[in-house]
Amino acid sequence: MSVLVDKNTKLVVQGITGSEGAFHTQQMIEYGTNVVAGVTPGKGGQLFMDKIPIHNTMRGAVEKTGANASVIFVPPPFAADAIMEAADAGVAIVVCITEGIPTLDMLKVHEFLKKHPKTRLIGPNCPGVITPGEAKIGIMPGFIHKPGTIGIISRSGTLTYEAVHQLGEAGLGQSTAIGIGGDPIIGTKHIDAVKLLNEDPKTEAIVLIGEIGGTDEEDAAAYIAKHVDKPVVAFIAGQTAPPGKRMGHAGAIIAGGKGTAEEKMKALAAAGIHVVKSPADIGKKMREVLGK
Amino acid sequence: MKIHEYQAKEILRSFGVPVPESKIAFSVQEAEKAAAEIGLPVVVKAQIHAGGRGKGGGVKFAPTAQDVTRYANDILGMTLITHQTGPEGNLVKKVLIEAASNIDRELYAGIVMDRATSKVTFMVSTEGGMEIEKVAEETPEKILKVAVDTAVGLQAFQARQMAFALGLTGDAHKNGVKFLMALYKAYMGTDASIFEINPLVVTKEGYVIALDAKANFDDNALYRHKDITALRDLDEEEPLEIEAGRSGLNYIKLDGNIGCMVNGAGLAMGTMDIIKLTGGEPANFLDVGGGASAETVEKGFRIILSDGSVKAVLINIFGGIVRCDRVAKGVIEAIKNIETKVPIVVRLQGTNAEEGKKLLEESGMNIIAATELRDAAEKVVATLKTIKS
Repeated sequence: MSVLVDKNTKLVVQGITGSEGAFHTQQMIEYGTNVVAGVTPGKGGQLFMDKIPIHNTMRGAVEKTGANASVIFVPPPFAADAIMEAADAGVAIVVCITEGIPTLDMLKVHEFLKKHPKTRLIGPNCPGVITPGEAKIGIMPGFIHKPGTIGIISRSGTLTYEAVHQLGEAGLGQSTAIGIGGDPIIGTKHIDAVKLLNEDPKTEAIVLIGEIGGTDEEDAAAYIAKHVDKPVVAFIAGQTAPPGKRMGHAGAIIAGGKGTAEEKMKALAAAGIHVVKSPADIGKKMREVLGK
Repeated sequence: MKIHEYQAKEILRSFGVPVPESKIAFSVQEAEKAAAEIGLPVVVKAQIHAGGRGKGGGVKFAPTAQDVTRYANDILGMTLITHQTGPEGNLVKKVLIEAASNIDRELYAGIVMDRATSKVTFMVSTEGGMEIEKVAEETPEKILKVAVDTAVGLQAFQARQMAFALGLTGDAHKNGVKFLMALYKAYMGTDASIFEINPLVVTKEGYVIALDAKANFDDNALYRHKDITALRDLDEEEPLEIEAGRSGLNYIKLDGNIGCMVNGAGLAMGTMDIIKLTGGEPANFLDVGGGASAETVEKGFRIILSDGSVKAVLINIFGGIVRCDRVAKGVIEAIKNIETKVPIVVRLQGTNAEEGKKLLEESGMNIIAATELRDAAEKVVATLKTIKS
């Protein structure tokens, strides 16, 4: 078991002919992900890398291949539309990598997805999801991950890789690593990902990586306090970030005095979560908590 | 993106939101002319991208022409310090000359994207003129929040609900409802992220008008609003941040002396945090993006080193799909072109990390190599201690 993605996942790549889409499709195939089709409107009937059929529409791709997941590499002005097209085609997991989607576009997506409850959106502005040794949907470097029992949830890409690296050094592999994305409106929040990993029998413990902005980490903490017995190690990035400045990610901003790292760390600690102050202590702390 | 009050008011006016008659002036002469055209009394208001202008002496009531001359003279060219500008303050280059209003009550109205609910949300309060954060903390019952279903837009009943909560009656009630409906249209029509009308005033004549206006816009949506993009005022931004933006880099200046360059926003924040925890002070946030090519690293270096307070640099790159040996070559190339004496600690991790480290160590350059994050932070902080002693 694992969550969201495994060796049975049949993936469609939306925006497969763009430079990012083409490059990462090859990387995903090399990792072992079952990429069954691509979608680029107007290029239907062509083949990608001489073997993967390209369709004009998501409906067409899903009907022909029985795909159950999609990954989006479409430029920001068209990405919201691509998410809705995937949901309309009935895909269960939609991973949106695109960074820079306007908030009001994501608001439309958010409302649209309420009418498509079978579809779960991961991202946007995220590295994707990986179940090591089985499949990866996204842009993370696959080989740094090792199969194991630690679930990871993170708003940030390279910080997730850092955590994976430290877990590896500590001799700990991962069940599934979920990059939930750095935007203010995302499909799967910390709390949703915590629920998934908590219910996954293969996941023994959880690493939760948050950052300044919003209150999603606090919400997850409240849920963990009530419902989660698995050990959780957490780090919040941006303890030294100044208020009112957007720290790279659209969602990483302390606004009106809200969303500070201090508040989040306090809420997480109060929920019995093992909060580390230093990003270098994630792996070490997890090994300590597991008594390994 | 932030804009000035006078620009926000022009946008509001174009959407039918009532604002006082006003004119922007870049000189004392223009201020005098504007006051004569509008008619006395007027208010002279400093235009900078920061709140708290009144308390800092940047907003003056001018009943006579002599007052207009005096205040315009005082305010234009002054360095205005408010709780939002920082101790260095902002230079005032323009003033808004605005018709004085016959104020009966001061209220508050704002629109934000509520992240917790993913809904466009109004906030109104009878406590106008105060900081809304303070009201939220001390008397949260005095704020009414109304979430909008954006599929159908703000409904009249919701606007009425807010107008009643604000204690508006008679003509003022009707005008208040119209005001809120127009404000919503302006917010959605411009891809705004924050609108704040504080104070929203009710005049003795029953008009409801925006006496002040603060507007921020979604940077990701600016591509479809050329008119708003044109309102950007580079004078109000940190010059190094502007330059970084032109190079496609995400840079934010801080007060410390350890420059840092990282790939990815989360890891960049984490790197700042570990510098601080190790006893140093980060000089900046800088995300060079996933690839970290020689070109972007060189651009990043130039920006970091333009800040005179930087005494050491930490480069932290997690090489994923791009291998560390390639990143190392890029970093060495960039450092060659820069010719700096500042100590540089480079931490490369990911694929081929050891090969990368070896390349850095054998480069003959003034580079201290590291592979683990803690080690890198300790090394960079230690270089500063060596300099001091």
